[in-house]
Amino acid sequence: MPPVSVAAAAETGAVEARERHRKLARRQEQLRTTLWRLGVLVAFAGAWEGATRGGLINPFWVSGPSLIVADLWKAFTSGSVFLHIGVTLYEAFLGFVTGAVAGILSGFALARWDRLSRVLDPYVTALNSLPRVALAPLFILWFGIGVTSKVILAFSLVVFILLVNTYAGAKNVDQDLIIISRLLGANRRQLTVKVILPSSIPWIFAGLRLGLAYALIGAVVGEVIVAQAGLGFLISHSAGVFNTTGVFSALIILMVIAMLLNELMKATERKLLRWRPQIPGI
Amino acid sequence: MLSTPPAAFSRKIVVESLSHAFDIDGRSVPVLTDVSLEVAQGEFLAIVGPSGCGKSTLLNIVSGLFPPTTGRVTVDGVPVEGINPRIGYMFARDALLPWRTSLANVAFGPELAGEPADRREARARDLLRLTGLAGFEGSYPSQLSQGMRQRVSLARTLARNPDILLMDEPFGALDAQTKLVLEEEFLRIWERDRKTVIFVTHDLFEAIAMADRVAVFSARPGRIKSLVALDLPRPRSVTAGRFGPRFQDLYDRLWDDLRYEVVAAG
Repeated sequence: MPPVSVAAAAETGAVEARERHRKLARRQEQLRTTLWRLGVLVAFAGAWEGATRGGLINPFWVSGPSLIVADLWKAFTSGSVFLHIGVTLYEAFLGFVTGAVAGILSGFALARWDRLSRVLDPYVTALNSLPRVALAPLFILWFGIGVTSKVILAFSLVVFILLVNTYAGAKNVDQDLIIISRLLGANRRQLTVKVILPSSIPWIFAGLRLGLAYALIGAVVGEVIVAQAGLGFLISHSAGVFNTTGVFSALIILMVIAMLLNELMKATERKLLRWRPQIPGI
Repeated sequence: MLSTPPAAFSRKIVVESLSHAFDIDGRSVPVLTDVSLEVAQGEFLAIVGPSGCGKSTLLNIVSGLFPPTTGRVTVDGVPVEGINPRIGYMFARDALLPWRTSLANVAFGPELAGEPADRREARARDLLRLTGLAGFEGSYPSQLSQGMRQRVSLARTLARNPDILLMDEPFGALDAQTKLVLEEEFLRIWERDRKTVIFVTHDLFEAIAMADRVAVFSARPGRIKSLVALDLPRPRSVTAGRFGPRFQDLYDRLWDDLRYEVVAAG
């Protein structure tokens, strides 16, 4: 083997070794972070548990980690909680899907027809500025204490988020892309489908992620006000009978659901937006 | 110092007493005044001039993006009215669709024209090979260097098989070395089928190394100050021709004209 190749091979070997080393270092850093995170959780739960057991705080008001874990265990083993989870997810999901579809379509419509957006602009702004949660009592009056009023509330929250984001996305398309596509022969419909739509996808996804969280808020707030089932109902019912443990259990379930949904959304986004430059930490 | 294109060629692009003004805050700002120009079939015309002299505006009008305030442009004897996809247009910024791979970006024009997928992809593959990007068909623009993105952009411009190429400082945003390489390759590609080219640039070296004629534009509002035929032999090399005495003569002469306008433009 000529000496040049030997040098090249040695070089390649060195590069590979460096790369391996970097990967190892990264993995170690990740592990350290995970351990620290667990540490924070343990410290917090420990302090909470200690404070309630040591008589520093009355567990009647703040419950305690061991009480909550026991309550959760009971709720899941008896299966009583699944109805409530199911109802809340069902309401949030229906509100999310209908709100997202309506929001995306109207966002594109407003972006496409300038006159429409000029006329409707103040109304959209006004409705969007109104804290929609304040509409909950009205929705309950109109649509009853069942599932429908919660779906409508979730819808009303989601629809504007998606409308505003889709509109912004469709309006912020890089003008160079529009011009070059026209020069390559794109007609109006092709511009919408092949340039404006894909270019708005990141904006729409940002809206969907936010919308999903808000759909859950809508469902739970509706349930807290008045309902027959759902995690919000569980919270307000438990609080009504001074069962703080029950409140915390429902809150923790909500938290886990929200985080799982967000992760699901992020995974979908990563898959669909492969073309975007990788940004570390997202 | 006006020179006419060789009579043997047909007149491909004719620009007749064209003037253009933009409306800026209700004021009419003239950018081009009384520009008349003929570009022969297969000719490579370079336009140089100070910033803001209306070079890009001229290309935009020839491409049919918008009509001139007065005057007219004909291509093959037909007045330009609206966009004609047979005219390829390339910018300094690559303007690639970021969600499309190199292959899909190059195939975009044929796709808009309704060409079947297998045909347009085969062509896009050929063009990527021609522009030196074999192996990068599946890469997204964000994964490519600027020089590579400009290669994709060139391939995309060629994909609709235009007879005219309008190039607005196509290599202006590249680093000096990459620019030389791309100029060389573009010249090689151009010399194969000799499409009609209008090439706008700031770079006098680039203009002389590549073009058949160079038009020097005045400071805004732009008009043609001089039009110089380059009698450098072809095929040329962008780098090798650069230090010959003939090149130097042309450079000095054009720079004399251009310098005055650059100073005037401030």
